[in-house]
Amino acid sequence: MTIALAFDTGLAVLVLAVASWTIAARETFAAAIGFVAYGLLLALVWVRLAAPDVALTEAAIGSGVTGGLLLGACTRLRSSEAPAAAEKPGAALRLAAAAVCALVSAGLAAVVLLLPDPAPTLAPQAVASIAATGLGNPVTAVLMAYRAIDTLLETVVLLLALVGIWSLAPDRFWGGYPGLRQRGDRDGVLAFLAQLLVPVGILVGIHIFWVGSVAPGGEFQGATILAAMWILAMMSGLLDSPAMSRRWLRLSLVAGPTVFLAIGLAGFAMAGAFLAYPPAYAKLLILTIEVPLTLSIAATLALLVAGPPERTPQQ
Amino acid sequence: MSLALECLTILAVSAGAVFFLAGTVGLLRFPDSLSRLHALTKADNLGLGLVVLGLLPRAEGPFGALKLIAVWLLTLLAGATVTQLIARTARRGAPRA
Repeated sequence: MTIALAFDTGLAVLVLAVASWTIAARETFAAAIGFVAYGLLLALVWVRLAAPDVALTEAAIGSGVTGGLLLGACTRLRSSEAPAAAEKPGAALRLAAAAVCALVSAGLAAVVLLLPDPAPTLAPQAVASIAATGLGNPVTAVLMAYRAIDTLLETVVLLLALVGIWSLAPDRFWGGYPGLRQRGDRDGVLAFLAQLLVPVGILVGIHIFWVGSVAPGGEFQGATILAAMWILAMMSGLLDSPAMSRRWLRLSLVAGPTVFLAIGLAGFAMAGAFLAYPPAYAKLLILTIEVPLTLSIAATLALLVAGPPERTPQQ
Repeated sequence: MSLALECLTILAVSAGAVFFLAGTVGLLRFPDSLSRLHALTKADNLGLGLVVLGLLPRAEGPFGALKLIAVWLLTLLAGATVTQLIARTARRGAPRA
């Protein structure tokens, strides 16, 4: 027991240290790397808290995709980093920022400390009615049945984020190819890794998605792995990034949310409420939503990392 | 039999931890990028390999064991590739540390 306590204490100290270092780091690139390390440590914390579903999501999305986005932002900001660092905000502004941050932290700490013991939980109810969903993993049941509306809105938010990134494109590149064309060495190390890893990674992604119904995993974690494999194939130069005007691309982006919304609306007729499933078909309907949803999330995440179009459609 | 397996677990995981420690010390203490990468790959390859070997007897059935081995192989692949890429960038005249 004491070893576990020592490990947890060390982990907590390490997480706090990496978090402080990430904030204190002056260089954007170093801070982004610190953020990735922080996310991976946080995933370990979730494992220690017996929440492997959250740990997988944190490692995949919190650390992986967000880290990739931050590194991409670093590369874009590199030319303006020195002038931006030279413009120091005034003492009053910095004091105000520190005060607001301290206030938010104190508020959060107070809320956590004031939680009743034992904390209120809906876990027994979630497990009690899981049979009606046909699923075996209560976390997936929450995401796809009890609180399906949250998941639906999350996927729409992802789509809106992509629309936001695309709208950064200059007019002449609209409908063009995202990112610079990768002229990777086709016999190089990265191409070798892509050839070897992408098939394995696709299998792992599908597996993580599939076991989500009975074990930790699910569409977001599986989709992140699929997205990573697509990005790897694009980075290695084996595959060009798709033009954003392609019909198949746009269809695959909206397929998941559309099917989700359609089945949700059909819930009015089938079970009397939005996003309600008739118990006999619950599992089938959830799977029907999850398959296109996984593909849509994977495509959206990969294109988020790929960035706005930077080459004309004809090129 | 189970005692022998317990001993294997303890020995192999400890040896793996030693390699991780040595790799970390090397990462912090070695003078240039290429040597530091060299130290780091020892931790990845041998350290994780030994930890996986030690955990094999405790895996949940043959599929659990296969998953552990797959984790090690994937780490080998990713580690070796990323090391190559970093080393190439370092040799191309990025600022020497």
